[in-house]
Amino acid sequence: MAEAHPVGFQWVMEAKRRGAAIIHIDPRFSRTSAVSDMFVPIRAGTDIVFLGALISYVIENEKYFKEYVTAYTNAAAILREDYRDTEDLDGLFSGWVDEKGQYEGPTWRYQDADFKEHESTRVPESHAERSAHFSGPKVKAYATDYTLQHPRCVFQVLKRHFKRYTPEMVQDSCGISPEQFLKVAEHLSRNSGRERTTAFCYAVGWTQHSAGAQFIRAAAILQLLMGNVGRPGAGIMALRGHATIQGSTDIPTLYNLLPGYLPMPKAGVDNTLADYIKNYTARSGWWTEFPKYMVSLLKAWFGDAATPENDFCFDRLPKITGDHTHMTSVVNMADGDMDGYLVMGQNPVVGSPNSGLQRKGLRNLKWLVIRDFYMIETAEFWKDSPEHERGEVSADTIGTEVFFFPAATHVEKDGSFTQTQRLVQWHNEAVPPPADARSELHFAYHLGKRLKELYADSKDPKDRGIQELAWDYPVHGARQEPSAEAVVKEINGYTAADKNPVKGFVDLKADGSTACGCWIYSGIYAGGVNRANLKHPATDHYQLGHDWGFAWPANRRILYNRAAADPEGKPWSERKKLIWWDEEKKTWTGWDEPDFMKPVPPSYRASEDAQGLETISGDDPFLLQPDGKGWLFAPTGLQDGPMPAHYEPFESPVHNPLYGQQCNPLRMEYERSDNQLARPYNDANYPYVITTYRLTEHHTTGAMSRWLSWLAELQPAAFCEISPELAQEKGLRNGDWAVISTPRAEVEMRVLVTERMRPLRMRGRTVHQIGMPYHFGNRGLVTGDSTNELLAFGGDTNSTIQESKALTGNIRAGRRNRSAPARKQSNDEPDEQLRDLPGARDRPVGRHGVHGPFSKQGDQT
Amino acid sequence: MANGFFTDTTVCIGCKACEVACKQWNQLPDDGYHFTGMSFDNTVHLGASTWRHVSFIERPVPLNGADTGFSWLMASDVCKHCARAGCLENCPTGAIMRTEYGSVYVQQDICNGCGYCVSGCPFGVIDRNHEDGRAWKCTLCYDRQRDGLEPACAKACPTDSIQFGDIAELKERAHKRLEILHEHGMREAYLYGVDAASQPGTGGLNAFFLLVDKPEVYNLPPDPEVPTIRGYQSWKAAGIAAVGFAAAALVSALFGRSAKNHEG
Repeated sequence: MAEAHPVGFQWVMEAKRRGAAIIHIDPRFSRTSAVSDMFVPIRAGTDIVFLGALISYVIENEKYFKEYVTAYTNAAAILREDYRDTEDLDGLFSGWVDEKGQYEGPTWRYQDADFKEHESTRVPESHAERSAHFSGPKVKAYATDYTLQHPRCVFQVLKRHFKRYTPEMVQDSCGISPEQFLKVAEHLSRNSGRERTTAFCYAVGWTQHSAGAQFIRAAAILQLLMGNVGRPGAGIMALRGHATIQGSTDIPTLYNLLPGYLPMPKAGVDNTLADYIKNYTARSGWWTEFPKYMVSLLKAWFGDAATPENDFCFDRLPKITGDHTHMTSVVNMADGDMDGYLVMGQNPVVGSPNSGLQRKGLRNLKWLVIRDFYMIETAEFWKDSPEHERGEVSADTIGTEVFFFPAATHVEKDGSFTQTQRLVQWHNEAVPPPADARSELHFAYHLGKRLKELYADSKDPKDRGIQELAWDYPVHGARQEPSAEAVVKEINGYTAADKNPVKGFVDLKADGSTACGCWIYSGIYAGGVNRANLKHPATDHYQLGHDWGFAWPANRRILYNRAAADPEGKPWSERKKLIWWDEEKKTWTGWDEPDFMKPVPPSYRASEDAQGLETISGDDPFLLQPDGKGWLFAPTGLQDGPMPAHYEPFESPVHNPLYGQQCNPLRMEYERSDNQLARPYNDANYPYVITTYRLTEHHTTGAMSRWLSWLAELQPAAFCEISPELAQEKGLRNGDWAVISTPRAEVEMRVLVTERMRPLRMRGRTVHQIGMPYHFGNRGLVTGDSTNELLAFGGDTNSTIQESKALTGNIRAGRRNRSAPARKQSNDEPDEQLRDLPGARDRPVGRHGVHGPFSKQGDQT
Repeated sequence: MANGFFTDTTVCIGCKACEVACKQWNQLPDDGYHFTGMSFDNTVHLGASTWRHVSFIERPVPLNGADTGFSWLMASDVCKHCARAGCLENCPTGAIMRTEYGSVYVQQDICNGCGYCVSGCPFGVIDRNHEDGRAWKCTLCYDRQRDGLEPACAKACPTDSIQFGDIAELKERAHKRLEILHEHGMREAYLYGVDAASQPGTGGLNAFFLLVDKPEVYNLPPDPEVPTIRGYQSWKAAGIAAVGFAAAALVSALFGRSAKNHEG
């Protein structure tokens, strides 16, 4: 965190000053470890074993927060008799359908649950969809045992599921000694409960794995068990990779979501607004409000054209027809199935896995638009690359037409950043952008204007979306810059009749009388004030600082803060007091904006026939959940299991110590000749673990730092970090060159020999890890080979994030061969089958668009 | 009144924001793009174009009380603005002066590039620019202070490792911080150059440090001494020597036998 988020880390240091202990778990000793109280080196990709063992420890030793767990989680829910655990099926859960390669059916559901069967058997992707899948006509009509003794209640199932996740298993999988593990476990136990709380911070070290979503789930289960959610000093902080990655999922750049986590309509399923609303409106919990948010969004986008008679222009929205995630799009490009590509503020040739395949994709486009500050690697892929060096391609044979648009930096435009606390903070244009550089807002707005002009006279029904789009934002100055505040006002929402800003999402309606660009941000412009631009800092008396920026939803600083009070509405302790029920005034009150319906008393219980928000009982703090409870066990919503189970990465030094199933059976896999993998384990040609990461001195792909002398001089070369032991073994010397190889590519890097990298001992053998920052490319003031040349396409199915934090490779002294491609040096053919149990091997090919008709062109460039 | 820095290295996270903020504010050039292989330090030392520099020290032993098996010390170095500044006292042109903020400042329009200041600094801070020949170093952001702003490095430091302010107040803060660290078992922590008593050779530093290992570990001299501090002694010794030589010459002239005689 100190390494990649130094500014946010000031608050960790502040907590340390006030007595907090910092525990750092990471494959390498980083800047964070340097100021931590404890550093725990771990084998990359084994965090579920570590977290699972903590879960098991707190359950077996009864260190969990009993009252919290019983009242606020689904620990008491009883599962169906036909549920089977990974313990029973050697690494698979019940419901596996081999011919489809996915989990299906009701076995993960609660007993007697009256859930909604859908036309689609697919596991829901968005939270709204998951809630909609959860229950049928009756609210909370499932079996429970609040003594948590029933053998099939979630608590007991969880206990059995993690039983073999012991300190010894941690030693054997993660390379962490039982003593050190127990220190962490004891510390966590001591530091949680009524009086104390513990927070987890993670970044892509948890997400970029083939079971990444389950890494986070494991942390969530642990935090729920310890009562560390919805309380001050608690929670799980997702540290994001850029300044407003949080903002770009809230108001998404993701293909399958609309603003505010509303699902993108799907072709053939969501044919009308009524279908769509039926498919995604929950029976209980806050998502029962879903229609209000969708209709208001349509009103914001289509304005007066959106009427009840025309479904508020629902059919003008594009519908998704398949997988359009990044990796799949790139293989589609590489196979000649895509014409154009718009890249804004991204440098995939350096930042995405398998750079060779990325470039192949770009070479097969007709056109490419790049918006960036500099001529980054992705803009100049046609000029220079390892394939050029080898003479495989040349500039005059690449047909892609590249358009480059210079971009304004964040100090050259008005706008906002949303960070991990969901805090939206405004920034103003300090200097005008130079020359032709323009803001994204300028680009998008004027592109929209031109498209509207272009299609103004079209009679084709498919163009009506563009024709009817409400696209009137005031512009100012010679640059014709659109007003960013006008966009904020639209995001906030307003009444359709008089265009007055609404106070918040509770004012939104499903009848077309309100418009709102993103319901969760509603309130950001309440009273006509841009609250993101408020800059009154917190004081000692008012520590949450509600007048500094705006935290969605409803300026709440701590989400699910109803859980900061006990079921009766009293604070768990004076020390951790935040929100409580005021019996006299009959309202929830406290130091934060209560995350609950203010007049609903703790004693209120929803009836089975309740409707809308009345389905939320007074002791249901997780009010976005259809049952109001934190899920220790996820009966729906995750594609690869209701609970986390440890699977090894695609490439690992060892066999899965827990199950016969080696890899996540639901992994996103691209079996292609241009994306070869090493053996699943024990590949003698690729014996070392590689993990990738960032340095403070550079920003992601270096597009913002390698062109700036003051940053470039601080880390001027691509390098890898290795332990003195590995250096000795391979004859590598500090400062010299080394070649690191995987079946995808070879790269050369300078060597930094350091005791910060430590060999791990596990199951009688030594596992070496190679640490590789990934900031470099062949453009800019300082250049070097891109680490991501080494990575493979493939990753987590839930999130479609690539596995870039754990792979295997080899290292040798010297320089890279520039005339011949890296070839997989395997003597024995890799047995791909070893990744799966016999019963999980025959999943259909092509699930990720990889074995379609185009895969025959796999070797063409 | 004197302003200065208290650099608490125990909260430094090595982000180098100070180096970058300094270079940006003062529009300094890069030092070249050289990979050194010395931990994360690629700018190596203070110089004409680097006025803040962060050292990275890898040690095989952990800090007291930390369960990390290892330690990585980080410290942001800067001109010390010594109470007795060797550079200033060595400067023959009067280019180097003490400002109203107690800082030591090089007036670039007067500096003739003689370089005497370079040999006068016991820390190796001040350095000549090889292109224009003049001597450059930290100005304690004199221009920012004139506008009521703190120096760029202190402003940019996210963890308050670099604290700027009135020296007397900073010393008080530093002693309190030291006490807390000692209470928490970090007995090795100490203040470097906090006053004349602990560092007579410089008369104390206006930019002093909280360190947890020997000064040499941080590339700081253990017992720095401004050369001019021995000026009186040197002149006295030279004077005595001169008198001695004169006397010897006289004696020799009066009583010495001639070479010729000796030859015979």
